[in-house]
Amino acid sequence: MIDPVTGSRLQFALTTIVHIIFPVMSMGLAPFLVYFTWKDIRTGKPIYEQLRRFWTRIFAVSFVVGTVTGIVLEFEFGTNFAAFSTTAGELFGGPLALEGMMAFMLEATFLGIFVFGRERVGNALYMVSAIAVGLGTWLSAVWILIANSWMQTPRGYELATENGQTIVQLVDPVAAYANPRFPWMFVHMQNAAVESVALFMAGIGAYFVFKHHVWAYPVEKIGFWEATLKFGLLALLITAPLQVLHGDLYARHVVETQPQKFAAMEAVWETDSYVPEYIVAFPTSIQDLLDPRAKDIFGIGIPGGASWLASGGDPQATIQGLEEFDGPQPPVAIVFWAFRIMVALGFWFILLAVWGGYRWWRGELLEDDLLHKALMVSTPLGILAVELGWVVTEVGRQPWVIQNVLRTSEGVSPGLTAAEATMTLAGFAVVYLGLLALYTYVIVRIIRAGPPDVNGPELDGPAETPTSEVQSDD
Amino acid sequence: MTDPASLATGPLFGLPLADLWFGLLFFIFATFLFLDGFDFGVGALFATREDADEREQLLSAIGPFWDGNEVWLVVFGGAMFAAFPAVYANLFSRHYLLMFAILGALIVRGLAPEMYEQRHDAAWQRWWGRAFVVGSLTAPFFLGMFTANWLLGATTIVTLPGLVVGLAVVALTVVDGVAFLRLKTRGDLREDLRTDGYRALAAYLVLVVVTLGYVYGAAPALRSSLFSTPVAALVLATLVLAGVYAAATRADRYYVAFGAAAGLVFALVGIVAGLMYPAIDRAGGLTVETAIVSTLSLNLLSIGAAILLPLVFLYFAILYSAFSGPIEAGESY
Repeated sequence: MIDPVTGSRLQFALTTIVHIIFPVMSMGLAPFLVYFTWKDIRTGKPIYEQLRRFWTRIFAVSFVVGTVTGIVLEFEFGTNFAAFSTTAGELFGGPLALEGMMAFMLEATFLGIFVFGRERVGNALYMVSAIAVGLGTWLSAVWILIANSWMQTPRGYELATENGQTIVQLVDPVAAYANPRFPWMFVHMQNAAVESVALFMAGIGAYFVFKHHVWAYPVEKIGFWEATLKFGLLALLITAPLQVLHGDLYARHVVETQPQKFAAMEAVWETDSYVPEYIVAFPTSIQDLLDPRAKDIFGIGIPGGASWLASGGDPQATIQGLEEFDGPQPPVAIVFWAFRIMVALGFWFILLAVWGGYRWWRGELLEDDLLHKALMVSTPLGILAVELGWVVTEVGRQPWVIQNVLRTSEGVSPGLTAAEATMTLAGFAVVYLGLLALYTYVIVRIIRAGPPDVNGPELDGPAETPTSEVQSDD
Repeated sequence: MTDPASLATGPLFGLPLADLWFGLLFFIFATFLFLDGFDFGVGALFATREDADEREQLLSAIGPFWDGNEVWLVVFGGAMFAAFPAVYANLFSRHYLLMFAILGALIVRGLAPEMYEQRHDAAWQRWWGRAFVVGSLTAPFFLGMFTANWLLGATTIVTLPGLVVGLAVVALTVVDGVAFLRLKTRGDLREDLRTDGYRALAAYLVLVVVTLGYVYGAAPALRSSLFSTPVAALVLATLVLAGVYAAATRADRYYVAFGAAAGLVFALVGIVAGLMYPAIDRAGGLTVETAIVSTLSLNLLSIGAAILLPLVFLYFAILYSAFSGPIEAGESY
């Protein structure tokens, strides 16, 4: 049996880690779909109809799986973190209620028209639907991140007693909801979602381009996959540098507001100045892996780098070490390594973007097989980087569920038994991993079926028969 | 409301906001149960149709709608969290396993139609078809159990009234589903569904009578509420609406039958709310007045809901008018 606190933490971690994949797909696809729909309506070119219809199928599956996995999260605050919900409901419940009414409703209703209604509604309403769906997915992120950013940097509240329990009471809504953390999170998350989808598109586009041009194994409608590769690459060129740039600024904000988290990200135990930034860190022992300490670890450090990062330009700046904080520490190993891998991935994506952009500019995009392979391998890595980023954010603020206000262990439902917690944790492990496998299976099937047949002049690929095993059964 | 500071001192326009939010919460729940209810009903009726084309029609009928319908449950959870945070925390942690049973059923129900359409071989469709039926039957059943336990302040999962109300809600979703499908189909299917509607209606009425009898006999705390004007009126309305539903179904007045089905759902949820008030969490000892969130949060929430809920109804109007009328032969959206 797992104790209720550990069980609830693991269950929330598992359900959010699986769930976030689907909103990342839908939020990242949204701007592409709005663009494809616009171009389809305006130009009537078959390529845009194919892009719209193909990516809408992926979007629809992502949305459905995102809905069913997401509803669980909304109720999990009540089932597993009742003490947190009682304490923080005054501030935390509002954004969730508004998310449902303002964002999720917009998304779910217009999605019906967007997925099923092309033949039923006029161009104008169809375009409105595409925009409404996209807007809905992004507004969802606004409200969820308003709620989350308040937990990271709580403001605008005071402690009060109600029905014999200590609660946080809203006193200044502007301070609470226009939280200083919010813009950092929102920009970092939305850009990451688009970047993840850009990598996904470029990766699967590269697979078919490689198959067709390098292996000379004819692929039907290769023009579609070439376009997919190019759209992905273009979006990557824009998003990859931005992500690292504002990630750096975001880290400085963390230093100011959550020094304990930053110390965990850098594994700095003793307060020090002129702290190096280990851009490459190699664990040379199990000890390094499980209990990393920046001072002892083998790596390539830029002298004063971490100090420079933390202060925005002063290599002599002091970084507060973990030892300065009383009470339990966050699990440093998880935060330290997750942060490092995320940052490394961020730079890898820039390299990919520049490499691909250069080849494209030279007119060699379709021939560079090494680039194709690199892109294929990177197909799911954007999503992995998002997961790692959230691990840094959420594990890094432990032991707090609301920074310096409420510990996670104090937020768990008081009446929850070990048997209940174990049962649902086991259930979710099976169901959510099953869902993930099923989702992957369906997405792969959709990709293998390829773009739908559309009426109009054939694309700029080799001649092919329009009757194929591909069926546009959506 | 020119002075923002006054938002913290008293309720907006002096309105009885706590009671209004109690009403709104149950209104949202009823809207969910009516809209997603017909999706559940379609899922139950899916089991009675063998023909592949007919099954395809049933799925097409709810295809564009079910996701939006289910979001009313999300809004219900969010509204309860925001307006009555202590109730949200107590209720869902107390009915821990039942909540996850509801959520699990909703996962299966939501996933099944999407998966069903992904492949066209018989074994795949047979299994996802079964999953769709099971999810569509268990979700309303568990929701009914939850509602009864909530109302009666039960602290165990399985209770006798819970089972009865669970079955009643399943029957009601079939009544609802028949009314919806008779709007969306033609021909033999539409004719055959009539009998399903009558049977489900009869079962529902019997189960409601049993439930009310239980409340009268075994829940003395609620007995006086049973004879309060609103509850008595809603019980009477249920009988009238049942008559209207049966007559309209017989006379092929599709929209009237659909409206009567909506009325039956709202009446049931109204009866629950009427019996519960002024408590909102009997087992936790919370009333509407003690559980309501503090003034500033409540005023902000009320402003948000007053602006957003009319917009939500507009979205639904646009969606349902875009897909109005029966599904044409061979049409699958």
